Amino acid sequence: MKELSAFGCGFLFALGLGAAGMTQPAKIINFLDIAGNWDPSLLFVMGGAVTFGFICFPLVLRRPAPVLDDGFWLPEKKRIDFRLLSGATLFGVGWGLVGYCPGPALVSLVALTPSVWIFVIAMLAGLGSGRWFVR
Amino acid sequence: MEQWTMVIAPLAGGLIIGLAAVGLLLLNGRIAGISNILAGLLTPQRGDGFWRLSFVLGLLAGGELLQVLYPQALNVSHPRSLGMVASAGLLVGFGARIGNGCTSGHGVCGLARRSRRSLAATATFMLSGIVTVYLTNHVL
Repeated sequence: MKELSAFGCGFLFALGLGAAGMTQPAKIINFLDIAGNWDPSLLFVMGGAVTFGFICFPLVLRRPAPVLDDGFWLPEKKRIDFRLLSGATLFGVGWGLVGYCPGPALVSLVALTPSVWIFVIAMLAGLGSGRWFVR
Repeated sequence: MEQWTMVIAPLAGGLIIGLAAVGLLLLNGRIAGISNILAGLLTPQRGDGFWRLSFVLGLLAGGELLQVLYPQALNVSHPRSLGMVASAGLLVGFGARIGNGCTSGHGVCGLARRSRRSLAATATFMLSGIVTVYLTNHVL
């Protein structure tokens, strides 16, 4: 069941990314290009997703447990440290260079464009090598 | 048309993303952070890999449906060299791993959880993304 629900949520997530325009790197770069031909649409994407989550997350977390598991799996770290900020900085540089973040890049694999595959393979290498720095 | 692509479609897409994130929390008790879901797949723990793999397969299946119904959504053409694409992929993966999350984990779920760490991370990657695009589009 957990696999089925995860599949369904991933499926829905991909449709949301596609409808929102997040899978079009040109739109992402135009959103980040505040000095150029600025495209504000990502603000509406974030606005819709965060507002909905902001209202629903606390309601869900009032339950003693999720529907299909014994407990919630939530991040426990609270401190804003150097590692968090340096990671986010590097992430933003990569995001700004080509306009892909992890979700949209995965969804776009099905278009079979070589550049997306190269991006995802490099991203997996980055995710894997980052492991040596997080312990 | 302008209003549709700039406001309505992004807002509707955002709500669907939010719904998927709330659904994964409600059903599986998990945060819909793509980079963390992937990172867990690279070093799978016993009994923990299958929901991650299923979520990723769901993303790909959603991509297939988009490809059929709305192929413009997967318009991947962008004028970047393959070397730049590979460097960007490495930075995105490495940065998300040491920063514990990406646009979905920090930017959507973290903000929805009112996490100060996620707010700091989101502000930071937005800013470094803006600086990067400024440099590549207007300076270099």
